[in-house]
Amino acid sequence: MALKTEPFVLNIGPVHPSTHGVFRMRATMDGEVVLDIEPVFGYLHRGIEKLAEQRTYGGFIPLTDRLDYIASMSNNFAYVTAVEKLAGIKVPERAEYLRVIMAELQRIAAFLIAVGAFLNDCGAFFTPFIYMFREREKIVDLFEMVSGQRLTYNYMRVGGVSQDIPDEFLPALRKFLDKMPGYIDEYDRLLMQNEILLARSKGIGILTREKAINCSISGPVLRASGVEWDIRKADPYSIYDRFEFDIPTGTVGDCYDRYRVRIAEMRQSLRILEQAVAQLPSGPIRSDVPHLVRPPVGEAYTHIEAPKGELGFYLVSDNSIAPYRCHIRPPSLINLTALREMVRGWKIADAIVIFGSIDITVGEIDR
Amino acid sequence: MKFERYGIGIAKGMTVTIKHLFRPSTVSQYPEQRLNTSRRIRGNELIWSEEKCTGCGTCAKTCPQGAIEIVTSTNLVENKYRVEKYEVDTGYCIQCALCVEACPFQALFLSYQYECATYRRDELIQGKEAMLETPERPVSGYFYPERAAKLPKQTLLIEKVVEKR
Repeated sequence: MALKTEPFVLNIGPVHPSTHGVFRMRATMDGEVVLDIEPVFGYLHRGIEKLAEQRTYGGFIPLTDRLDYIASMSNNFAYVTAVEKLAGIKVPERAEYLRVIMAELQRIAAFLIAVGAFLNDCGAFFTPFIYMFREREKIVDLFEMVSGQRLTYNYMRVGGVSQDIPDEFLPALRKFLDKMPGYIDEYDRLLMQNEILLARSKGIGILTREKAINCSISGPVLRASGVEWDIRKADPYSIYDRFEFDIPTGTVGDCYDRYRVRIAEMRQSLRILEQAVAQLPSGPIRSDVPHLVRPPVGEAYTHIEAPKGELGFYLVSDNSIAPYRCHIRPPSLINLTALREMVRGWKIADAIVIFGSIDITVGEIDR
Repeated sequence: MKFERYGIGIAKGMTVTIKHLFRPSTVSQYPEQRLNTSRRIRGNELIWSEEKCTGCGTCAKTCPQGAIEIVTSTNLVENKYRVEKYEVDTGYCIQCALCVEACPFQALFLSYQYECATYRRDELIQGKEAMLETPERPVSGYFYPERAAKLPKQTLLIEKVVEKR
């Protein structure tokens, strides 16, 4: 006897522990199977792009911290490279190396959060999350030593970085680099063969190569689908052409591949850090830039490989002290466009896992 | 999933977890025991030096939030500005420290304190007297390395873990 059922609409969020912030999904369900999903966002909209037009080029840097608030250094990096391209400012060698060190540390810290929160969504309630936070805490300690704060670093400036690293930074970083591979091995022992994780993530939410490229997905989500695309290699910015590293890719494009790619990315970031620390030159950390930058009339777009994907800043200048227009290409928002394709046909519990594996930050989606 | 494999991965994971039962605790009990913060901590208040300030207003112009209010009048006898009013609304302040970096006369600092919560919003506004450097209101070493050298060394978790293991 067939049951007479009809689809119903289930509202997930905006305030829900697995929506990673204030994100809302309107899901059309057939029993437990997701038929369609409609993301609703805008609950964290702060108008940051408009606020950029009222601030000076230097004064907008603290606000870029608030975009992707778990990877502030990457946001700083993307914005200052855009201003430097617009105004044609050269950056001293030491500052470039410091930026790369900070950006790679930030990548590790952000992937730790991404993996931890993903496992949390899988049902491993907070044990792996706290494991990840143990290491993130050490990175955050280093950032605190350099910039004075633990979340909104505001460390990079147009033409360099704000201050030189203190004397105790490099020994502490050395200790971290020695310890971190052991910690990643520990995560592998804890999780790689865990049956629950395999059952929850293997073969779930497959994003095919073609669909990922069509949706202009970037970052670990794209690489998990088997596309070897990393802006650090494809369009080297800063000094990334001097370092040797691989691009880890997945094969299937399911949730498990996304998790594996993130773990592999951490090892590659450690490799870049080792090289950057060995090559770190001495010298000035900030070039001679006027207090109020006045770039010539024009426009510039720069993109960097942020932890979540391609983070781009598009700036238009009208030769005043503030940008005429600032547009941000957030990786989280663009990666979210593939959610509907991935989720359709899976159960609601899988939808949460798929959503967790994309790794979004709502601060960046809504801006 | 094969039946015979079932449980081996979980058992491996649990051994990692169980190992942590036998390691010394690294947690410190917060209000009684405190870790030292960074020497460059960007604390919740601004510290201002009345002698060094010339009233140029660069800090107020730099502040991205517009949290600093400065009113000056001319002192014709000594041929300089007199600062009539200097107020910071720390409720608006985002502790970006751009004002500290911009000050051309080294008259502005951030404080070393981080527990500055109040019960009322109007108590968040710092006037001239509440911004002077006192022993209760120490100065952070942000942007001033010579001041940072005098502050206690930051407790690093990585060093703590290495010591205990």
